[in-house]
Amino acid sequence: MGVSRIRTERLVNLVICLLSTRRFLTAAQIAATVPGYEHDPDDPKDHEAFQRKFERDKAELRELGVPLETGTASVFDSEPGYRIAHREYALPDIPLKPDEAAAVGIAARLWQHAGLAAAASSGLAKLRAAGVDVDPSATLGVEPVVTVDPAFAPLTAAARERRAVTFQYRTPEGDEPVARHLEPWGVVCWQGRWYVVGHDRDRGATRCFRLSRMVGAVKATGRPGAFTPPEQVDLISHVAHYSGPVPTVGRATVVVAPGRAAGLRRWATETLPGPDGDRLVLPYGDVERLAGTLVGYGADVTALDPPELRDAVIQALKEVVARYDTRADTPAEVAS
Amino acid sequence: MSTTAGRASADRLARLLNLVPYLLARPGIAVSEAAADLGVTERQLREDLELLWVCGLPGYGPGDLIDMAFDGDRVTITYDAGIDRPLRLTPDEALALVVALRMLAEMPGVGGRDAVERALAKIENAAGDLAGAPVAVRLPGDDARLAEIRAAVERGRALRLTYYTAARDETTERVVDPMRVLMVAGRGYLEAWCRRVEAVRLFRVDRIDAFTELAEPAAPPAAARPHDVSAGVFRPTDDLPLVTVRLGRSSRWVTEYYPCEEVRRGAGDDWVATLRVADLGWAQRFLLSLGPDVTVLGPPELVDRIRAQAAMALDAYATPAG
Repeated sequence: MGVSRIRTERLVNLVICLLSTRRFLTAAQIAATVPGYEHDPDDPKDHEAFQRKFERDKAELRELGVPLETGTASVFDSEPGYRIAHREYALPDIPLKPDEAAAVGIAARLWQHAGLAAAASSGLAKLRAAGVDVDPSATLGVEPVVTVDPAFAPLTAAARERRAVTFQYRTPEGDEPVARHLEPWGVVCWQGRWYVVGHDRDRGATRCFRLSRMVGAVKATGRPGAFTPPEQVDLISHVAHYSGPVPTVGRATVVVAPGRAAGLRRWATETLPGPDGDRLVLPYGDVERLAGTLVGYGADVTALDPPELRDAVIQALKEVVARYDTRADTPAEVAS
Repeated sequence: MSTTAGRASADRLARLLNLVPYLLARPGIAVSEAAADLGVTERQLREDLELLWVCGLPGYGPGDLIDMAFDGDRVTITYDAGIDRPLRLTPDEALALVVALRMLAEMPGVGGRDAVERALAKIENAAGDLAGAPVAVRLPGDDARLAEIRAAVERGRALRLTYYTAARDETTERVVDPMRVLMVAGRGYLEAWCRRVEAVRLFRVDRIDAFTELAEPAAPPAAARPHDVSAGVFRPTDDLPLVTVRLGRSSRWVTEYYPCEEVRRGAGDDWVATLRVADLGWAQRFLLSLGPDVTVLGPPELVDRIRAQAAMALDAYATPAG
């Protein structure tokens, strides 16, 4: 019989013993009852070894999520005792219908991230243990591939515990990562990217941060329960506010060379063939952005209207041409 | 527990605490069936049962120990010693399940969304306080095209697609044998065997401009394998052209959206990035569209093409048009 088997057996017995008692049992009472804790309490070395073993076992049960209660059996007792309340221990009944159970099974397979995948499958194992049958072959017709950044786990844990965090944050516009301090309210998946929303202690305002821009580890600082997120906070709206879609505001007219610029043609609301090419009407939200797209098509596309679009395209082309004409000053960058 | 042995022992304890209620809920289940369902070997399951057999209530006499009856290959728990329910969900387990279900509920084109939402409500209810998982999910809005494609794929027919290929800026017709529909980073894709290029291809659903279902069944060749998209859809290979660009401060975002081989500091505020591109024509359109803040440094062929295009385009504006 291996050491780990002896230990596992002792822990199962400890759980059963503490679940069965309504009185708090002291370490000495547990030692006298549960097999595997036998020792001589009068031998200091032996007693110390027992205490170490018992501490380790308690820690393992707590890590597993076993709600170990501490208290005293009566007001006359000074030594702490232990018990497990069945109500706190047991998973409540979850009456899942077959199609609902199948959905949970699919959800549990969603995570590519090892830690979340393990948590999802151990959660699913508990549902099965509660009598739920999960059809492993069920699909929803669309396979979602969900990836998360490494910062996901520490940030969700901190948000749950309401602990402040600090992390190094690098934006493409900045030169070096900067230390940021945040009270995280929650994590948001917006259009396939992950963000954390919270109170930025450096700026004294609500901010959102992209998880993919965090460099190194996210560290929780200070005590749990250090802040209270605003009531009814709508996390999505904070992120969507910064990266929402641009509404259509205008219609542009452009001429495209015959058979060219397929990407613009499929976006046009009207196409009128002409002698020099096809005249397209394009709905747009932002002139600068549309100008950029048109510049990308080079000589295949000419902007006609509105004038500010035409001017923006001409201006960008002029600057590009000028840029390449003066480029010879930095040839060293091509090497290395 | 950080050691592997410690991990294994914690995993085994968790499995044992689940096993008793699992069997209790399924009296007379075959050991082989239970093992397959629980993802362990039959031998491992029998070892777990042997261990449980010697565990029980204080006293540890015949009536105190966990007891089970065997009938051939079938097992029934006859005494559970008080572990009649699985342990409640841990915060991590509740988070992983609740967030995954929220993802599914948000997924456009998913069949059985109603079941997903009902399941989510029940799991949130069972998770109690933990269900207030501080995670919100919003994917692009409901996508009718994705739902149509999914329904067509489920009917198992080959499809004729009108597809826009951004890499070559062309719209083509092709017949494909669908394999699956997936959603990566908020975008829908059809993965299919393309008869035109005779290879497995991922088609972005928002670039499928039209499609028709053919009478013939979808029949991807046996050798057709789905892509591993866990690290993203576009994974550059070494045979693709390498492009070097100088990015001004306001164009540095390019390094965040496109996988770069290298990013280093250039002169002043500039960054110099090298990236592999699927097509030089695409690189030309994309890099030119970024305007004067981006300068292509190599390959020379691309530099010449961009310089020539910009000059020609500018000339066209010099002569009054339309």
